[in-house]
Amino acid sequence: MIDADVHIPNPRLKDLFPLLPGHWVEHFDNTMDKGASQEYYPPRSPVAGRRGGLTELREAVFEQGGAEVAISSCLYAIDSIHNPDVAAALATATNDWQAMEWLERERRLRGSVVVPIGLPAAAAEEVERCADRPGFVQVLIPVRTEHPLGSRHYHPLWKTIEESGLVAAIHFGGAPVTPPTPTGWPSFFLEEYTAMAQVFATQLTSMIVEGVFDACPGLRVVFLESGFTWISAHLWRMDKEWRNLRRLVPWVRRPPSDYFREHVRVGIQPLDAPPEPAQLCEIVDQLGSDDLLLYASDYPHVHACDAGDLLLRLLPESLRRKIRSENARSFYRLSEGGQP
Amino acid sequence: MKYVVAEASEIESGGRKIVTVAGRSIGVFNLDGEFFALRNRCPHQGGKLCEGKLWGVIRSDRPGDFEYRPSREILCCPWHGWEFHVRTGQSWCAPERLRVRRYEVETVAGEEIAEAADAGAEPADDPDAPAPGMVKGPYAAETYPVTREGEYLVVEIPFKKSRVSDRTASRSGRSTADR
Ligand code: FES
Repeated sequence: MIDADVHIPNPRLKDLFPLLPGHWVEHFDNTMDKGASQEYYPPRSPVAGRRGGLTELREAVFEQGGAEVAISSCLYAIDSIHNPDVAAALATATNDWQAMEWLERERRLRGSVVVPIGLPAAAAEEVERCADRPGFVQVLIPVRTEHPLGSRHYHPLWKTIEESGLVAAIHFGGAPVTPPTPTGWPSFFLEEYTAMAQVFATQLTSMIVEGVFDACPGLRVVFLESGFTWISAHLWRMDKEWRNLRRLVPWVRRPPSDYFREHVRVGIQPLDAPPEPAQLCEIVDQLGSDDLLLYASDYPHVHACDAGDLLLRLLPESLRRKIRSENARSFYRLSEGGQP
Repeated sequence: MKYVVAEASEIESGGRKIVTVAGRSIGVFNLDGEFFALRNRCPHQGGKLCEGKLWGVIRSDRPGDFEYRPSREILCCPWHGWEFHVRTGQSWCAPERLRVRRYEVETVAGEEIAEAADAGAEPADDPDAPAPGMVKGPYAAETYPVTREGEYLVVEIPFKKSRVSDRTASRSGRSTADR
């Protein structure tokens, strides 16, 4: 089994001190700047999980969870930092820390390069710096960004990611300067949390329509913690609109749903299950391909319904096998036994 | 059955004429001196396709690149904007499974039409014979006056046994998959 979404905790700022240039250590020591905000989720809520070390992760994900490989990310919110040099320095230090403290110590654990996404050129440099370091298999991009991810602004970064051979992991959350819903600032956390599916939908539309996959035909994208029950309806609409508006974007030469199925994979946790769980089978069927879903536990975050448990037992064995391991193995190009 | 639908000079390059022959509405297009005829009924939901705008061909391999041929051979349905090639009737978006009916058009001298009519080739009991009032022979001009001097556009409608009008055809079991 391959677990496509587990988390390693955020580094404490002092964990990064040995990895930061001296003037930044002095800056953090002597100013109010204490680095990135710590968590997307309210502290101590179940969804925020608990702060464990490598031993706890090994036990939960590999021993009890039964994963042969787990793809991790560190949600340290580099994108919340508005000082561009601090953002770039903390991204670099966080990646070095992930490599040394986690990936080199546990070879079954793979990692995600964090980047200062607000600065696409600096992000691309960081991707290049880390691409060949053992253990990193993807680049982590929070789904909420300052500009739509398909905009030309990000095209050079997509090209770099494509050429680096890494996957682009677009993950729940983000702290750009723009509101978390398409119509503005909500008042409550519940609104922000629910609207994240619309943010994913908007980013998917943007990337397909603005030609990211035409400019970068080898780009692979995984959506993490996006949910997947909204996807088919969204693709139906996009395909329909494409038929009459595609002249404006002639690089989109195939129905948008084709691009999605070729380039995008989706983690199954957290799951937005219908009240009648058996209806999930139809929703999975509507996705139109057995290759799309990846098993994900979202360790250590705890969700109301366990996707692995609820979804997988409803599906036929062949599809279950694909979701549990084969899809991730081929998408991440992991060999049997999980070696890259 | 062949129908005389227009004088060749009547449709200028880039222009079109919509005619009714054998109960069908058909658009005849002049693309740079070549003539093409398409059924005036969109395979999507039956819109009057041949009344749509004509566009050039636009192609692109990557965002921001535009390769444009101003040939105005793409017909855009006025209802939902689906595009069809005037030359082939094929849909742009789903070429393998969606196309609009296309008919052969030829340019024929008035003399030839008149001679064929004089020969009176249709036996009276032929079920495919033109209705009363049409020009006899392999060419039919429903209301169209043909002179020996002119040049005419002739559209060929391959008849099935019973004639079907647009009205009944549009009710006959089309798949709803493309709606
Ligand atoms: S009827 Fe022609 S596009 Fe819908």
